[in-house]
Amino acid sequence: MSLGILSLIVAALAAAGFFLGRRFALAKVAGDARRLHSLPGYYGQTVFLFTAVPAFLVLGLWLLIQPIVIENRVAGTIAPADIPEGSSVGLVMSDVRRIADGIERVVSEGRMTEPELAAHDDIRGELASAGVALGNDVRPSVVEAARNYRDLSPASSLAMSGLVLALALAGMAFALRRISPDFRARNVSETFVRYLLIAASTVAILTTVGIVLSLVFETVHFFRLYSADKFFFNTVWNPQFRGGSDLGIWPLLWGTMYVSLIALLVSVPVGIFAAIYLAEYASKRVRAVAKPMIEILAGIPTIVYGLFALITVGPMLRDFFAQPMGIGSSSSSVMTAGLVMGIMLIPFVSSLSDDIINAVPQSLRDGSYGLGATQSETVKQVILPAALPGIVGAILLAASRAIGETMIVVLGAGAAAKMSLNPFDAMTTVTVKIVSQLTGDTEFASPETLVAFALGLTLFVFTLGLNVLALYIVRKYREQYE
Amino acid sequence: MTAESTNSGTSLYKTDARTKRRNASEARFRIYGMAAVGFGVLALIVLLTSVLGTGLGAFRQTFLTMPVALDAATLDKKGNRDPAEMAKVTTIGYQKILEKALIAELTEQKLIPEGMSAKDVGGLISKEAPAQLRNKVLANPELVGQTITFRALANGRIDGYFKGRVTMESAALDSNVSPAQLELADKMRAANLLGLSFNWGFIFDPDASELRPEAAGLGVAILGSLYMMIIVLVLSLPLGVAASIYLEEFAPTNRWTDLIEVNIANLAAVPSIVFGILGLAVFINFANMPQSSPLVGGLVLTLMTLPTIIIATRAALKAVPPSIKDAALGVGASKTQTVFHHVLPLAMPGILTGTIIGLAQALGETAPLLLIGMVAFVRDYPGAPPEGFLDPASALPVQVYNFTQRADPAFIERASGAIIVLLVFLLTMNILAIILRRRFERRW
Repeated sequence: MSLGILSLIVAALAAAGFFLGRRFALAKVAGDARRLHSLPGYYGQTVFLFTAVPAFLVLGLWLLIQPIVIENRVAGTIAPADIPEGSSVGLVMSDVRRIADGIERVVSEGRMTEPELAAHDDIRGELASAGVALGNDVRPSVVEAARNYRDLSPASSLAMSGLVLALALAGMAFALRRISPDFRARNVSETFVRYLLIAASTVAILTTVGIVLSLVFETVHFFRLYSADKFFFNTVWNPQFRGGSDLGIWPLLWGTMYVSLIALLVSVPVGIFAAIYLAEYASKRVRAVAKPMIEILAGIPTIVYGLFALITVGPMLRDFFAQPMGIGSSSSSVMTAGLVMGIMLIPFVSSLSDDIINAVPQSLRDGSYGLGATQSETVKQVILPAALPGIVGAILLAASRAIGETMIVVLGAGAAAKMSLNPFDAMTTVTVKIVSQLTGDTEFASPETLVAFALGLTLFVFTLGLNVLALYIVRKYREQYE
Repeated sequence: MTAESTNSGTSLYKTDARTKRRNASEARFRIYGMAAVGFGVLALIVLLTSVLGTGLGAFRQTFLTMPVALDAATLDKKGNRDPAEMAKVTTIGYQKILEKALIAELTEQKLIPEGMSAKDVGGLISKEAPAQLRNKVLANPELVGQTITFRALANGRIDGYFKGRVTMESAALDSNVSPAQLELADKMRAANLLGLSFNWGFIFDPDASELRPEAAGLGVAILGSLYMMIIVLVLSLPLGVAASIYLEEFAPTNRWTDLIEVNIANLAAVPSIVFGILGLAVFINFANMPQSSPLVGGLVLTLMTLPTIIIATRAALKAVPPSIKDAALGVGASKTQTVFHHVLPLAMPGILTGTIIGLAQALGETAPLLLIGMVAFVRDYPGAPPEGFLDPASALPVQVYNFTQRADPAFIERASGAIIVLLVFLLTMNILAIILRRRFERRW
């Protein structure tokens, strides 16, 4: 039974449960709804919830767990001797899946029945004709595992359909049996709904747990294959496909910091001055036009900035600055990425600073003007000190964005991992290397791939630290005005 | 006042040096501010014009229009018009037919330059055109034996010549096109055999290989992005609203709620690429979901969008005045009834606005999708949902990235064109959000 049909049946059962529950309750009191504890609809709602929710919950869990259980059972049937040198269970299992897929195709095309195929001498050639190309010789136990795999999947999905439907019916029967005029249907269904709400709110926690677990787990795996001090103290980044790579994080950190620094050098002064001008000087009309225009910059996807760096800013910087000055010949450079990222960050700095400057009470300004200060003196000596914690928070948030930004640096900064002071050199960042190590055909057992998780963890820790620090500063030093 | 300024007996009408300095500094400060705002606005304008300038070309494409005789002897040897039989004729067969048709047309108009080989003349036609003709014939076998007017894509270099990307000088150095071919193209344009027209294929066709930029389109990417947005909407709206209702209306203030709050604030600031790593590790490696499928992309984007939606929804719920709740509770509604019957409907416009903005953010996100295999080259449209959610697909922003990674400069134009499509979608969504807000937002 396909997933869509199964869910539709459960949904239909639940809908039927709603009407049945309502009718049942009304029938118990001979149609006199006043004698019921709750409104008739609540009896229906209770039945609906008891029918649908457990069934869908089990369905979701089953779908998540089924592949893992089947994999484990099938993987158990493969003898260790059948795993070739330099390979792993994971790789053999991917062969198993592909063979199972191929058998499926051959059988469905009606060329051979399954036992015939399994007994066939040249199963590899037969599968290749079905469009499943296999690398080396197929061992008998692997074919056996593939057949097992194929047999287990439909059995499991049949069991799932049965269990889900049984659960839906059982829930319905349970809820229907409890209906009586004194049954507190509203309270029961409201409690049920409240638990659903609580469950929804834990998704945020589960996401964080998922992020941390997946990063930490794979990072530990990485450090088993590659020594931690070489990762943290080596200054060379040179991954090799054949092993023996140098995976020092320093060149990447250097590139990240350099790009972020340039981005902040652009965005912080521009953002703060723009915020000051818009909050203190601009007429209403200028503000109404300029503020949304600057905020549009925050809504533009980063890939657009990346392309802008690649086709406009990069070549321009190369032709007008780097080449005439003889300090670089590459269009992707730290300067390109930094400049474009700086533009992207302007609204992050300016909107937050603008809000904070506006929150400084007018009385402080009036007091300063009363003492004879000019407007700029008021800004510099009264408003900025009062707004400073908020502005620092905004800058820290912008810095965290800069460190985690990916597309601009992928397209603008280059891929060469080096530590140089020249801003017109192409350098690379942590995020660029995460992308390049994890895209393309990679196997999941090599340090060259797993290093991306260690880099991701580093990135996560850095940005988390900056965010927490920013929130802390904003909360701790916020001036409380009446 | 310093002693100097009071005793010197200067007129009040004459500004002294110190005031001048202070005024000058005031003026400077103002100019810095204006310059900063100007820089921001200028950056936006330059950004948009640079993308629009390079991208608009992608919406116009050079086509050759000519009569093509679909020779029954080569296309359908058995003569029974059976598509399965006719499929045995490969694109090479159709390429020859197209080449012959073009040469026939050119000879008739006396345009063929001396000494130009048939292969060079045929080189004007895109390599993709035979495949398109083949599909057209296989879809409608009755065409065989007739002479139809066929609009064939011109080669990418010829197209680039009319868009200013290829010049006579660059063609002389290029092994893919010769100046003679460009001259012929010029003549054909004058004879109305060749011209630029609106390129629907760019919007609806799938991606094409690295060597055929003229045929590359966004069809699969737009469909993939649409599927992902459906998944994001279906999952993140109910989850986000449920979570916000709990946190805003029901949650007691305790450690657990505090933990959830801190978590949401943090998730909103986690770099998007980290969500990609999460998707790769959990959905693909652990749960064995298919790579580059809209389902995985949609799930990852859902997790990314949830904090945005939760923050917007909570603000909208908070904006509903307590008097409404008090009135509902006062006439005997339960807490749940108050929330679901009174607070939630009033907060709905704000929630929808927040959701649309969250979706717009998700639509433009690229980095996490790169990690879950969306970069793969996909030519087949994903099937109809729900099974189609598991088929490989591309996404608009990822398609932009893919285009930028190819060598032919024609793909830069395609990338910018794809960005224009993306920005049009984003603009529509944002305008929708603004309209919703204007229409339904209530000030209490």
